[in-house]
Amino acid sequence: MYDQFKTRAEGVSAEVHRFDTKNVALDFIHRFLKEEGIADSENAYALWADCPFLEGIDRKALQNETAGLKFEVSRELADKARFGISQMQWALADTGTLAQDSSAIEQRLVSSLPTIHIALVPTSGLLPDMPTLLTKTNPNDCGYLAMITGPSRTADIERVLTIGVHGPDRLIIVFVDELGGAS
Amino acid sequence: MSNEFKESIHKAVNNANLTGALGKFSEAYKVNRAKAYEGIDFEELRGRIAELKSYAASHLDELSELFARNATERGAKVFRTSDPAKVREYILKVAQDNNVKTVVKSKSMATEEIHLNQYLEKAGIIVGETDLGEWIIQLAGQTPSHMVMPAIHMTKEEVSDLFSKEIDERLTSDIPRLVKVARDRLRPSFLQADMGISGGNIAVAETGSIVLMTNEGNARLVTSLPKIHIALVGIEKLIEKYADVATILKALPRSATAQLLTSYVSIITGPTPNPDGSMKDLHIILMDNRRSEMAADPKFKQALQCIRCASCLNVCPVFRLVGGHVFGQVYTGGIGTILTAWFDELKKSEDIQGLCIQCGACKDVCPGKIDIPDLIMEIRRRLVKEQGLPLLQKTIYSVVNNRHLFHGILRAASIAGKPFTSGKFVRHLPMFLADLTDGRSLPAIASEPFRDRFKKIKQPKLMEKAAFYAGCLIDFAYPEMGEALVKVLNKAGIEVVFPQDQTCCGAPARYNGAYEVAAGNAIDNIKALLAEEVKYVISACPTCTVALDHEFISTFESLEQTEWIPKAKELAAKTVDFSTLVKKLVDEGRLSLKDGQKLGKITYHDSCHLKRTLKVSEQPRELLGKAGYEVTEMFECDMCCGMGGSYSMKLPEISGPILKRKLHNIRETGAPLVAMDCPGCVMQIRGGLDQDGADIKVRHTVELLAEQLKD
Ligand code: SF4
Ligand code: SF4
Repeated sequence: MYDQFKTRAEGVSAEVHRFDTKNVALDFIHRFLKEEGIADSENAYALWADCPFLEGIDRKALQNETAGLKFEVSRELADKARFGISQMQWALADTGTLAQDSSAIEQRLVSSLPTIHIALVPTSGLLPDMPTLLTKTNPNDCGYLAMITGPSRTADIERVLTIGVHGPDRLIIVFVDELGGAS
Repeated sequence: MSNEFKESIHKAVNNANLTGALGKFSEAYKVNRAKAYEGIDFEELRGRIAELKSYAASHLDELSELFARNATERGAKVFRTSDPAKVREYILKVAQDNNVKTVVKSKSMATEEIHLNQYLEKAGIIVGETDLGEWIIQLAGQTPSHMVMPAIHMTKEEVSDLFSKEIDERLTSDIPRLVKVARDRLRPSFLQADMGISGGNIAVAETGSIVLMTNEGNARLVTSLPKIHIALVGIEKLIEKYADVATILKALPRSATAQLLTSYVSIITGPTPNPDGSMKDLHIILMDNRRSEMAADPKFKQALQCIRCASCLNVCPVFRLVGGHVFGQVYTGGIGTILTAWFDELKKSEDIQGLCIQCGACKDVCPGKIDIPDLIMEIRRRLVKEQGLPLLQKTIYSVVNNRHLFHGILRAASIAGKPFTSGKFVRHLPMFLADLTDGRSLPAIASEPFRDRFKKIKQPKLMEKAAFYAGCLIDFAYPEMGEALVKVLNKAGIEVVFPQDQTCCGAPARYNGAYEVAAGNAIDNIKALLAEEVKYVISACPTCTVALDHEFISTFESLEQTEWIPKAKELAAKTVDFSTLVKKLVDEGRLSLKDGQKLGKITYHDSCHLKRTLKVSEQPRELLGKAGYEVTEMFECDMCCGMGGSYSMKLPEISGPILKRKLHNIRETGAPLVAMDCPGCVMQIRGGLDQDGADIKVRHTVELLAEQLKD
């Protein structure tokens, strides 16, 4: 399923990575942010929304290592963030889609306002398709189910596909085998 | 047709940006759509969609009730109304009660249907569209030209002019830059807005959820940033089950934009927290506006199976030429004609219903399995019923319904040796009426019609008999096709009878909404064709075949003339088109074509009725291949040629360019010969090539096969 997911997600301009442990994934994120020029200034910092991945991680230490990494999320901060990091619960192999119970507004803010969205996914959250996802979710305890397939896009001017309108123009998907999963 | 309407067509077909953009898009769409559906059984999928949507349409009240209960339980405020005015008032009241100054919107046809923006703006509220295409046309002060791509008619230069004015900075027409400008410009609107208004792609009754899809991500912001969210949902968006969301979402993005899924899908059930910790004030408005009435109409109920993908627009040969503006302000294309007739009023559809050439391309791709051309015909029928036929048409039909008079006039015209275009009366006969159209010459009426020539054909006495239904065009314009048919069938051991009392198949009347006339034609033909015991009733005109095979029955059904239905069914059971019967005869070894012939390249044009109503496309190709032709496919081989009976005379400005495209595609194959199974298409395409001076022969399959029979 992972291979199918990767093909489909890359087909819609997402970038897909996979690591076996949280530590290696963390290294990757750290490196990625550095390379992309993370800094503690407008349009350069990163917001990381609370998520299971962060459990047992020393956030202070992380912040010390990476200037510009923030863990408190507000709409003003999200608006001026360059990176948003969140954990998605599921990945749908047949369309390259990520899914998450986004009832908590922070989850939506970091995945919709910044220009780069880094999405962590437990590899065990891979599902074959949307019908399976719908059997796993119940709107009664999920007020906002969000699905994301690639970055924000438009073809409204002369039908030319252009990436990044109101949402992120890059979607970096990071599978982590070690993360338990919602499923 | 009103002058204003004619003017709008004229403007559209002469707008090179529009026709260029739509044309290119529709060509690419076809390929991309096929790719998106790879590995999916579309018929099975749309069968399920049609079923679940049809169930919902029969239970609108029940599902609205259930939805309202569930959504309310989850904390949403649900407002149900049938009246658009009440919707507007409700939204304004919520806005005023909460001191709302600005509103951001994500794309919603329902709000356009009730002209919400203008209403709120009049009350002093600033309303901003956030879908890029909608925003562009809002800035330009225009209306959408396409349901999914509202600004498809505008060039990047026009957009850059608009944006330059808006941000007071000279911009180039670099598209990524323009998109960035829109992002930066609209971001503060999202953050400042006091209220977000969205539509809803689906409303799920059993959970009270609404589903929103966008590619740009604007619906996520509209539903997340402002403290108030109002979703306006037409009740046709209701479905019963949560699990069925996946069924619709499997088809909607694939059909709409050839995507596997849109970038963002949100399923919202009840309020969620705002960034400041308060709860969202969520209002869901279920709007009826004549949808229940539509559901109660046995014919139009199926229109509620629409999932608003707009693929019917993308494949429509007329839409890609004229775009959305000709259709009016809100719903466009084939389905738009139907929705306008209902949500607005029947009268409003008077002009636009005439745009449909009845090619059936839309019906083939509709994921809601809606018979769009049939519903448009029904609109036509009701308009005629309400307003009567124009006098000229009435006169024409009184002639057509009188076989002796009708045939007499045709004969008189043939004696005069003039083409259909001359002679005052003949000129206006339904099939043949003509103001000489641009780019096509018309055939002369045959000096001796087939009905007379037939008597001179010497046939062997054979056991098996087939009645030949010629139809007006073969009878009076192309009798040689009829002769060829007799030759072929005789070879296979079938004797052909020609019931002299047969008359016009009624298609011209039917396609103009004159069902009573069509029923009269049907009765005459049923009597004539069933008079003698025959095994088959064969026709070499797909339009006629469809009339005999389907439309006699449906005409009687529409008029509730049930006494004729059994006979019509008896006739339908015997009716077969030329290529299907001949293919069968060849397969059974009753008919052989010459062996080892090398006849060179040929290309084949699929006639609309043959391909899409009768589902015949392989048979003629196989037969031509067997005869020794090398069949080379043309681009868009099954796209309409623009004939459409009297359509080409009524709307030459549309028919002309459709024909031109067809001729271009024929020429591109390099084949010196093009075959087809329809005398109407022969008339259109031969006329076009003739005017062009192109050295390409146009033949009916029957003629080509008759030349290659093995002795
Ligand atoms: S009528 Fe069919 S093809 Fe047209 S928009 Fe509706 S669902 Fe799509
Ligand atoms: S039948 Fe043909 S012309 Fe009529 S709406 Fe459908 S695609 Fe367009």
